[in-house]
Amino acid sequence: MKDWRYWLAEQRGTLLAFAIFIVMFAIYTANHPAGFTANVVQTASNKGVLLAFVAMAQTLVVITAGIDLSVGMIFTLTNCLASWLVIGTGLETALGVVAVLGTGLLCGAINGAIVIYGRLQPIVATIATGAVYFGIALLLRPFPGGSVNEDLADALTGRLFGVVPASLAALFAVVLIVWVPFSRSVLGRAAYAAGSSETAAYMSGVPIRRGKFAAYALAGLLAAIGGLFLTFFTYTGDAAYASGNAYTLFSIAAVVLGGVSLFGGKGSAIGAIFGALAFRTIGDLLFVFDFDPLWQPLFQGVILLIAVSLGAFALFRVRNRLEWFL
Amino acid sequence: MSETTIGGIAGRMPKFIRRADPAVLTAFACIVLLLFLGSLYSRSFLSPEYLLQQLKVASFLGVIATGMMLVILLGQIDLSVPWSVAVGAMMAAAAAAYGPIGVALAIPFGIFCGVLIGVVNGIGVAYLRIPSMIITLATNAVAQGLMVVYTGGFSPQDSATGAMRYLATGFTIPGVPNAVIIWALIGAAMVLMLTRTSFGRSVYGIGNRERAAYLSGIDTRRVVMIAFAISGGLSAFGGVLLAGYASKAAQSMGDAYLLPSIAAVVLGGTSILGGRGSYLGTVAGVILITLLQSILSVMQMPEAGRQIIYGVVIVAMLLLYGRAPASR
Repeated sequence: MKDWRYWLAEQRGTLLAFAIFIVMFAIYTANHPAGFTANVVQTASNKGVLLAFVAMAQTLVVITAGIDLSVGMIFTLTNCLASWLVIGTGLETALGVVAVLGTGLLCGAINGAIVIYGRLQPIVATIATGAVYFGIALLLRPFPGGSVNEDLADALTGRLFGVVPASLAALFAVVLIVWVPFSRSVLGRAAYAAGSSETAAYMSGVPIRRGKFAAYALAGLLAAIGGLFLTFFTYTGDAAYASGNAYTLFSIAAVVLGGVSLFGGKGSAIGAIFGALAFRTIGDLLFVFDFDPLWQPLFQGVILLIAVSLGAFALFRVRNRLEWFL
Repeated sequence: MSETTIGGIAGRMPKFIRRADPAVLTAFACIVLLLFLGSLYSRSFLSPEYLLQQLKVASFLGVIATGMMLVILLGQIDLSVPWSVAVGAMMAAAAAAYGPIGVALAIPFGIFCGVLIGVVNGIGVAYLRIPSMIITLATNAVAQGLMVVYTGGFSPQDSATGAMRYLATGFTIPGVPNAVIIWALIGAAMVLMLTRTSFGRSVYGIGNRERAAYLSGIDTRRVVMIAFAISGGLSAFGGVLLAGYASKAAQSMGDAYLLPSIAAVVLGGTSILGGRGSYLGTVAGVILITLLQSILSVMQMPEAGRQIIYGVVIVAMLLLYGRAPASR
């Protein structure tokens, strides 16, 4: 096989997610009353980018064959924290941003430490830490409120050169700064290897523990970037249980749509980003077709159900029934 | 195995202590500790009325955790509990609005809707081989969507029927709340099923190694599906009881039951990887969680503090005895 065919096989999930997104976005803008204008793109990207950050966070953990059910709560916690800290003069704002990101990193590191060194199951451990993070968020913001440095917020939610949405540029920057170096580093390789076959990776001397720990910690960081952006969009902090839970759920949907295998070791954060953007666009399709917004939760749930059921097609390729059981 | 390592001391202990799971003993020890701490805080903590009241509150969680335990024994998990509970409650209350027949069928209809959710979960897990965590999250989202469409986004106006209230708050035997009797009956049935029927043994077998269970001639997919259906039905029944207790259904009434039900099962020594665990442990876990909640509310701890303490206690107890074996 030629090189490009290997590349194609490796990136199939990502390309599929990209294609779904393009088709959905084309349908969306074609039926939008305003059409394909910079404003429509900016609004769509501002909504999509939030989920994209959380989905990237989920991807890092899913690649190691784990799951992080606390990403939504880290997202909520950092949102509440940012509504206190990211305010004031330039220096204060910068320190606030650093503190918020550091908190996210710490939350992720705690998850990683409990799962890897405490040897607990990721599901139960992250549900429990999620409760703790939500509790802290509720302490910070018993009622919605707070504020944010509006100059910074407007700069990051506006448009660059009047055309490109700034949030999309920020997403691109985060991919370049966090995901690309990580996936090419030894630690990133180790995270993939641990998800693919932990025993084989261990026998080959791959630093699986450090790789997995880095994945969990960076997941916390990415969720915090998402939380920061939520604050920029809403100008407030809000410890909403339902919204945190919804982001966790949607991040899983985005990851599945983005071609990341829930069994670990396969997929990329780029795919998850397109999965997230596609998921958001599908959710918004209801609005351009004038459906009652009441139907939106059901519609999103059904999309999620269909997306996860698509994985079942792999069953047709199973030759030996014993392969049903992992 | 443990008898030989502990040696002479354990050898002289009564048989039931020797055979007991250390996790179950720890859970019971924690219950005693909580009761002790509570009695230091307030005298009335050890009064029979208060304890019976706690047992009544615990029975709602107990019914839900019973279903969760069955699924966890298989090595799976059911994250659709929140909206299974809400669907059970709302559909039972909704059926009550349709005349006398609706009132009579309210409770079965609520449970039936829960079973339906469970069957969808079961088909996804057993036949489509979708990871249980994912498919149950998805059905939870669909159930939520259906209920939002049904209620129009508001809490439903239908109220619970007399029978539901009677089951949740009435007294058939003087002094013993009906809810506690129901939990005892469901618990007894569960114990009987797990220890005395081939279905129960299959559940443990599949939890240990599904491949081996399949090769031994067990129709593992059917067993998994039935287990999920039972779990959905019990969650919905818990919702029916809760609706009877509060005399109406509410939108997010089930949210508060997902983490506690998993925690109760896992704190009771049931392995989250499946195949190991006893119902006695789950009972201990349920009472432990309920007492913890009660003490926190007696101390007038705000919701935020409760969530934090909850999460910390669960992680701490799991680190004590819920750890996976050291790798390799």
